[in-house]
Amino acid sequence: MIEVKKSTNLFRIALGRLLVLLCLALAGALMSATLVRFAPGNSVSERELDPRWRPDSVEALRQQQALHQGLPAYYFHYLAALAHGDLGESESLRRPVRELLRQRLPVTGNSVVGGLGLAWLAATLLASIGIASRGWLFEASTTAFNSLLLSLPSAVVAMLAVHLRTPVFCAIAIVVFPRLYSYIRNLLVRSYDQPHVLAARARGLGSSAIFLRHVLPLAAPALLALLGVSFAISFGAAIPIEALCDSPGLGQLAWQAALSRDVPLIVNVTLVVALVMLAANSFADLAGRTFVGNAS
Amino acid sequence: MKPLQKVAAFILCAIFVLMVLATLLLPAPYFHQYRDIPNAAPSAAHLLGTDALGRDSLSRLLYGTRVSLLLAPAAALLATLIAAFLGSLAGLLGGWLERIVLAATDLSLSLPWLFLLLVVRAMLPLEVLPLVSVVIAFLMMGLLGWQTSVRVICAAARGVRDSDFLLLARSSGCKPARLLWRHVAPNLRPLFYVQFFISIPLFILTEANLSILGLGVMEPMPSWGNLMRGFEDFSTLSANPWRLVPLFLLVIVVMCFQLLLPQQEVTQ
Repeated sequence: MIEVKKSTNLFRIALGRLLVLLCLALAGALMSATLVRFAPGNSVSERELDPRWRPDSVEALRQQQALHQGLPAYYFHYLAALAHGDLGESESLRRPVRELLRQRLPVTGNSVVGGLGLAWLAATLLASIGIASRGWLFEASTTAFNSLLLSLPSAVVAMLAVHLRTPVFCAIAIVVFPRLYSYIRNLLVRSYDQPHVLAARARGLGSSAIFLRHVLPLAAPALLALLGVSFAISFGAAIPIEALCDSPGLGQLAWQAALSRDVPLIVNVTLVVALVMLAANSFADLAGRTFVGNAS
Repeated sequence: MKPLQKVAAFILCAIFVLMVLATLLLPAPYFHQYRDIPNAAPSAAHLLGTDALGRDSLSRLLYGTRVSLLLAPAAALLATLIAAFLGSLAGLLGGWLERIVLAATDLSLSLPWLFLLLVVRAMLPLEVLPLVSVVIAFLMMGLLGWQTSVRVICAAARGVRDSDFLLLARSSGCKPARLLWRHVAPNLRPLFYVQFFISIPLFILTEANLSILGLGVMEPMPSWGNLMRGFEDFSTLSANPWRLVPLFLLVIVVMCFQLLLPQQEVTQ
């Protein structure tokens, strides 16, 4: 009975999250449409300024553009097109935004997932070694190294990656690692210092049993929340890294769009990234709740 | 204060003094070109040599330090003021205002910080005067960098809202504006300072990233970010290692700020 109630609660939370995600997607789409419409100079096509075009041709060109419609009609057209998967056309690359996203998203996705995996592995491993050894030298050297990595701009890390010819995911891992390490270390230290963990240690329980049975359940919800946050950090790091490492992903696309003031492209890229972020955070939150439910 | 924190504070003070005295110390104006000696090695006349356009690197570094170290704290101040106002008001009044502020915060936090800056930068003209580019960078970071702080301040203001002294002030007829100004803000002042100090290194790094990508401070105005734009060519760097000085300075300043803050705040 309790199990059924727990599952129902979780299902309700998941449904609520999905609803919030849809509402935010709609709000984001409307905001994107507003940004595209009101961006300075965005309603002027270069062709309109070409003196070889006759006035009636320019007028026909303007009629073609949704930007010269009334605001409600513009929103309606934008949302209707969006519902059909039409995200518009990139002004600088002259290609459908949807096609560009389809090509670039997997590249960034692979780099981000690879970078996150490596960063999590390294951060967890180092934090665990630090806690197991609790040596002064190890602590001081890892803290100094971590602090140095935290102080490097991600664009400099990207340039270093270009020089050393390392893959993009390694550069992402270097940017994400110091943020994860400090948090994971603090979390594990706090969990290991709990009275029941000390009691378990005093009773002679093995270190792996202590970690799996007592420390991990305490730290898991916060670690899962950190997983969601680390997605945002790695996507943010992907912009300078992909731009400077010449990796054809979403980060490079957003950078090129910003440099060429291609507002429809950058707004849609940002909308997609925001939705991926929200989905990742919701997933991490739900996983945390499930874990807490199971553990209790 | 720990000894290491004292050292960090001393280094920061020294760099700030250097920044203030930059005008007196400059060997030449940052834009002056010595066309006969481009890419010169360090010498008595040019302690850090010259860049590809023959400009004195030390002058550019000192002026760039001034730009970066004025820009980041100014943007941090603006962001903290916005966060302090919104967070305190939302926490004090609660209800729909708190929900709206937190929803707006969640929405903007769902976007990676650099993506948000890129969207806004794409809305604005790119070909602008160098001074205008500095103002744009400052306003972008200041106006968009309040989200993380607002959540922390709102949570603290919520705690103050339920306190006895605020209940007493409310019962004696204090208006919300007075409550905010005389009772909530003074109690949250230490938190405002912490949020301000946390934002400074973040904004220094953001300015560096934006300028390296060509979207921050524009040439010929120097900043730490655009002084590092030439790092892409590592063959030149290995032959002229003194060109790494802006990066060393940036790393030292950011590390000093991190050392000055309690560890749990740094990891936020």
